[in-house]
Amino acid sequence: MAEHYKPVKYKAWELTLEERFQEYYPPLSEREAVLEANRCLYCHDAPCMVACPTHIDIPTFIRKIATGNTKGSARTILEANLLGATCSRVCPVEELCEGACVMRHDHKPITIGRLQRYAMDYAQEKKIKFFEAGKPNGFKVAVVGTGPAGLSCAGELAKLGFDVTCFEKKKMAGGLSTYGIVVFREPVEVSLAEVKNIEDLGVKIKTECTIGEDIKFEELIENYDAVFFGVGLGSVPDLAVPGEDLEGVVDGLDFIEATKVDKLDSIKFGNRIAVIGAGNTGIDCATIARRLGAERVTIVYRRSEAEMPAYHFEYQFALGEGVSFMFLTQPVEIVGKDGKVEGLKCLRMDLGEPDHSGRRMPVPAKGSEFVIPCDMVIKAIGQKKHTDLLGKLAEFGVKSTKNGYIAVADDTKRSDHPKIFAGGDCIRSKGEASTVAAVQDGKVAAAAIYRQLVGAPSPNEKHIEPVLSPVK
Amino acid sequence: MANLEIDFCGIKSPNPFWLASAPPSNSAYQVQKAFSQGWGGAVWKTIGAPVLNVCNRYGTIDYKGQKIIGLNNVELISDRPIELNLREIKETKKNFPNHTVIVSVMVESKKEAWQEVIKRVEDTGADGFELNFGCPHGMSERGMGSAMGQVPEYTCMVTEWVMDVATKPVIVKLTPNVTNIVEPARAAVKGRASALSLINTINSIMGVDLDSFEIKPNVGGKGGHGGYAGHAVKPIALHLLSAVASDPEVQKAGLPISGIGGIETWRDAVEFMLLGSTSVQVCTAVMHWGFRIVEDMIEGMSNWMDDKGFKSCHDFIGKSLPRISNFGDFDLGFQTVARINPDKCIHCNLCYIACNDAAHQCIDMKSLKLNGEMTASLQPVVREEDCVGCDLCSKVCPVDDCISMVQIDTGRPHITWNELTKSRPEVLEWDKMEQYRKEANIHIH
Repeated sequence: MAEHYKPVKYKAWELTLEERFQEYYPPLSEREAVLEANRCLYCHDAPCMVACPTHIDIPTFIRKIATGNTKGSARTILEANLLGATCSRVCPVEELCEGACVMRHDHKPITIGRLQRYAMDYAQEKKIKFFEAGKPNGFKVAVVGTGPAGLSCAGELAKLGFDVTCFEKKKMAGGLSTYGIVVFREPVEVSLAEVKNIEDLGVKIKTECTIGEDIKFEELIENYDAVFFGVGLGSVPDLAVPGEDLEGVVDGLDFIEATKVDKLDSIKFGNRIAVIGAGNTGIDCATIARRLGAERVTIVYRRSEAEMPAYHFEYQFALGEGVSFMFLTQPVEIVGKDGKVEGLKCLRMDLGEPDHSGRRMPVPAKGSEFVIPCDMVIKAIGQKKHTDLLGKLAEFGVKSTKNGYIAVADDTKRSDHPKIFAGGDCIRSKGEASTVAAVQDGKVAAAAIYRQLVGAPSPNEKHIEPVLSPVK
Repeated sequence: MANLEIDFCGIKSPNPFWLASAPPSNSAYQVQKAFSQGWGGAVWKTIGAPVLNVCNRYGTIDYKGQKIIGLNNVELISDRPIELNLREIKETKKNFPNHTVIVSVMVESKKEAWQEVIKRVEDTGADGFELNFGCPHGMSERGMGSAMGQVPEYTCMVTEWVMDVATKPVIVKLTPNVTNIVEPARAAVKGRASALSLINTINSIMGVDLDSFEIKPNVGGKGGHGGYAGHAVKPIALHLLSAVASDPEVQKAGLPISGIGGIETWRDAVEFMLLGSTSVQVCTAVMHWGFRIVEDMIEGMSNWMDDKGFKSCHDFIGKSLPRISNFGDFDLGFQTVARINPDKCIHCNLCYIACNDAAHQCIDMKSLKLNGEMTASLQPVVREEDCVGCDLCSKVCPVDDCISMVQIDTGRPHITWNELTKSRPEVLEWDKMEQYRKEANIHIH
């Protein structure tokens, strides 16, 4: 049987542990890619391109795949988005480009994400270098955090001739792409290759370097002409229920990180797992747990299906992976024996009046208490704000929003301190927290830093206008 | 990045991609927009005699889900006043001095008319002329366009009239609607033309509506032949281009050629250039997708040139032309057979049915021993001793690299038909031919 016509093995128990953590979607073959690319209508001012937060010229990159100019296709993507390889894997395409595709009306939308991955994989495999560091302009910029926002900002600035140094507190750069995206959606190597591409532009990355500890804030702000904070968010907050310190209660992000950087067979997991929270992290933890081999995995969420933050495709994916959901269920205590988790005590909830977020408020149903027997509880109820950082930044006049994010201007990503810019999850007080939005923040900040320091519009902002108006 | 600049009979163009004389090059707005997006040149939509256009000017061939693989039109030359066109040409050349602006012209068959229009265009600063001897509809009925191009004597005569007054290069655009395109090409050479361009559109009726019985395109209940263009005509254009480009008289005169006919992508453009085009002209693809396609054309060609190590377009223009030959000069000893890779086969069996019904019945459906076991399903297998190497099976196979044509040598003499019939003219009789086949180890079952 031809290699690319092999049916996908989908039953987890038929696969080895390593196989279960391969990328979920196989790469497109050249033939598949060209056929799909030729289905694209090559719309003008295309809705997909408008829907992409980084405004990748999607019809053009797809046409280039169709004409056999895959190298040019990759260039088109990277010109708009230096983290095109990550975005092609982690973007919620159903909500963005593919959701806007004109073909959705009476056909299937073009599989834009997978075509983008095809072009990105091609460029990576051929080790094509697309950009050079710009002519040095004498300005120094510090970037704190090397997630998508920081890398995007650093890369764009390097292209424009800035001397850029990134500071990363972890061992490896890449932020959530390296540590926080489940490996069957994005292998670590993809993220690290992007880091390498940014470094190749002359960006210096100092890892295991924490601002405020290894380097003082004052030094940073004094020694650099601009500082960009792309620090993301912190660990998962406490549940504030009894039993949280029992053995078997873990932070969801740590759990995901282990599958990214540790040997798969060395990861500890329970057989009966309760995951608290139905957002992206909750889904990731639950599906990883299943793929590791956990027998019963339940996502416990205090609101209903309609309110859960996970995307519909994530929900469908989790169901397909054999994860069960308990909606309208509020954990009230983690019960244990001999210091180990034995169950999750919950209350059934009913939906009441809308709360401040506009979602209907869950109200406990009296006398509904019950225990889910389990040997592991994974917390995935969001991420902590960097309150210490915000406090420190406040000393420099940087304001924060009332719900704990760094306050920046929309069009420049600049804070109230003229040298301090920020982007990514640490400013995302409304809308979707996503990689692609972070990449765009980095781009916007880079352009604003250029305008501010060089005193001219960034050359990356140009676009073609007709020279004359149409003949009447 | 490779250098895409070309020199077309003295006209320097930033790249070989020109808009063909057609609706996309109708006005200063369009041509300047095209230049700003990367087009290297434009042949202005034909100016000349006054005209009136009709509605429903286009017919298309859509093929299995893809729109416009072929496009025909009954639109005429520019219907904008000549004064306006001349003014806009001048303005365009002024704004884009480094881009190529060629003006296509067509007037009635009178020496004074041609010479007057040429002089007026010269005043605009345009880089050259293209004589429209090809428009197959509307103008031809009035004695212009292809009515001139189809008669070599007229082609020569008008070219001479123009050359007598023109100080800029003159391109003669040839019509494909002739029996042998080399004749009008030679007539243009004789008339002292500076360059040639081809092909103009092909006479066509696009279809008939099964419900209304109307002709496509339908102009108020009537229809007629129009000019066919678009990707579907590319093979015809490549043939006519190669015929002209390899003609000794054209080669001796050293005329550059601008290739036209179905160019959609950089790959198409490279093929035209390998067969002798110095520049290429595009219309239908722009009519479908807009000027923006040129970015990929430039980048794709440049990437290809880098891969191949070509520094300039002139390094590969005409590179494949020496391979254009005639059947009588092909090697009769060149032998291939089809081989099917069972690991890649998906069992559609299209090769089997094509060979069995339409070729030489030399594919069998067999159970094969693969990986030590007999296959459960039947596998198409070529009986190589009977395979004539026609190549049909690999053409119908939907899987890349599944069926390959493998060169073999069974000791057939490497001789051409011309050589054979010269040395052994008796083979033109069937019994002698049989005898030769036996000697040459050629067995046809």
